[in-house]
Amino acid sequence: MRNLLNLRLEARPRVPLAMALASPFVAVAFTLLVCAGLVVWAGAPVTRAYALLFESAFGSRFAIGETLTRATPLILTGLSCAVAFRAHFYNIGAEGQLYLGALGAVAVGGSAIALPAPILFPLMIAAGMAAGALLLVVPALAKTRLGVDEVVTTLLLNFVALLFVSMMLDGPMKDTTAMGWPQSVPIRPELEFGKLLERSRVHVGLIIAVALALALWVVNARTTLGYEMRAVGANARAARFAGIPVDTVMLKTALLSGALAGLAGVGEVAGRAGYLTLDMSPGYGYSGIVIAMLAGLNPLGVVLAAVFVAGLIVGADSMSRAVGVPTYLADVIVAVSLLSMLFAAMLARYRVRWS
Amino acid sequence: MTEMLDIVASVPFWIAVLRIATPLIFGTLGVLLCERAGVLNLGIEGIMVAGAFAGWLAVYQGAGLWTGVLVAAAVGALFGLLHGALTVVLALSQHVTGLGITLFATSLSYYAYRVSFPKITSPPTVNPFGGTHLFDGVPAIGPVLSAQTPLTLLALAIVPLLAYVLYRTPVGLAVRMVGENPAAAEGQGLSVSGVRIGAIVAGSALMGVGGAFLTLSAFNAFYFNMINGRGWICVALVVFASWRPGKALLGAILFAAFDALQLRLQQSAGATLPYQVYLMIPYLLSILALALVARKAAYPRALMKPYRKGER
Repeated sequence: MRNLLNLRLEARPRVPLAMALASPFVAVAFTLLVCAGLVVWAGAPVTRAYALLFESAFGSRFAIGETLTRATPLILTGLSCAVAFRAHFYNIGAEGQLYLGALGAVAVGGSAIALPAPILFPLMIAAGMAAGALLLVVPALAKTRLGVDEVVTTLLLNFVALLFVSMMLDGPMKDTTAMGWPQSVPIRPELEFGKLLERSRVHVGLIIAVALALALWVVNARTTLGYEMRAVGANARAARFAGIPVDTVMLKTALLSGALAGLAGVGEVAGRAGYLTLDMSPGYGYSGIVIAMLAGLNPLGVVLAAVFVAGLIVGADSMSRAVGVPTYLADVIVAVSLLSMLFAAMLARYRVRWS
Repeated sequence: MTEMLDIVASVPFWIAVLRIATPLIFGTLGVLLCERAGVLNLGIEGIMVAGAFAGWLAVYQGAGLWTGVLVAAAVGALFGLLHGALTVVLALSQHVTGLGITLFATSLSYYAYRVSFPKITSPPTVNPFGGTHLFDGVPAIGPVLSAQTPLTLLALAIVPLLAYVLYRTPVGLAVRMVGENPAAAEGQGLSVSGVRIGAIVAGSALMGVGGAFLTLSAFNAFYFNMINGRGWICVALVVFASWRPGKALLGAILFAAFDALQLRLQQSAGATLPYQVYLMIPYLLSILALALVARKAAYPRALMKPYRKGER
């Protein structure tokens, strides 16, 4: 035991590209192996369960459509977390920001404001993004001004945001025609996102999400803001000495992160449902954290990781109905992938030596 | 106003306060122990879910109530061991690992629940702990304490015990030392990794018991979302308590008193606000408390800093 604990981690002078690229796949393979035990426990044949999972996620036009529809909010929450984590601002509140974003979209898009749709449409999107960003103002200021850890504040605000949405759906934004079901008024039909594929639910939000991933990649690699965010994340003290306004960068990062999560909520309302309910997100905000980590905080990697997680959610649903494995298997796979990904990424960066 | 005073002066109110505070006391002490050793354990939310589920399942399958509590502690300890292996031995990010453990423990518990009970409509129940009636006849606090279950009394007893261990024993000194100055601890011949992992395992066991209180004392069944942010509140309470067991107890009771008060105000005839406003109060209070104490918070100096031998 004592020897086992006495290991040393030596940073590799250069991370071999092959190792960096292979680590997510090794992590996922390891995860599927571990989770096979759970499938056996549920009394289902492993290969058939996994085959069904893959088929119902990617095996047909319909399946791909469903996966991409699910991936749309996940790309945005993944980007939200990736941007924030890169600057070491641990925004764990994407779930609440998503709901406030959706609420903002409904507040504008479902209101009686007599403006033509082309003007109202950008207003609706801006309202959702602003609402998401607004939720992060307090945690960001509390962190930079008072040194309050943002993890706990953003986590707690998720509960506050959901209760606030619930209050609005009981009160001013309630759809009185919905038979007492807590559901918001619908947004105006002409404000809904267009469909990308016939006979599927894939909507324009997907294009927006992927475009934003590209844009963030450029911001990250090629702009001053990206450089500053990376510097603050790498070493805030050194960044301050170098004359980077750390607090301002932190606040900007937080607002950007919140706006991205808010946009995910706008997309769910305007692209998919048309209105807001309290069960709109099956934890997209929390999955965003995993997606960002799986992607190594790389905006382009986020797109791939989001499609992977979306495929798991969609696939587990049909697989569960066919062979009776609880859908929670998807959540376990996501959680174990996160932990094994952390482990694999560490092995790629460091050499382990026992002394 | 008189209505509020009537509530606060009543015995049932304080019985409820101690009941609400119990899982928070276990959880807060668990987090406190981990953080005193220098490790942030955000796995708490999931570990409480796993403890609630595993303890309840053991009792449901015929084990005694105390065996159920032990099972919950053991399951908590196991997740703690995983957390320790990843954050202490491998020095992975404590934030992300903790969240990963929470997701893992929660989803695994829900999965196991569904595998064990595939086709149920109402949650199966067990016969939970009852009041101890040990303090019948004691004036003033007698009725309040007598109504409590043994787990609440255990939580109250662990507070001075943990304080004693932390401040008066070599083990406690070792824990505080690896959380403040691991290099000095190493110089004294202590194994920093060993002490840290020990603290995480013990702290996580407490979190597991905190979860089990909900399924074996406060309620008699396991529900999805039953932890509902209690773990995160414990993380906030530890900062509020400046990492001291006594203040942690005070914080948990204060928090529980506000929670019990909002429940009663919500149900009282004069309630004019939507019920969601009352439910928001505990979360907002936690954030406010964090902001208020932040300036003078004396974080353990090595908190969230992985220790690597020979590195400065």
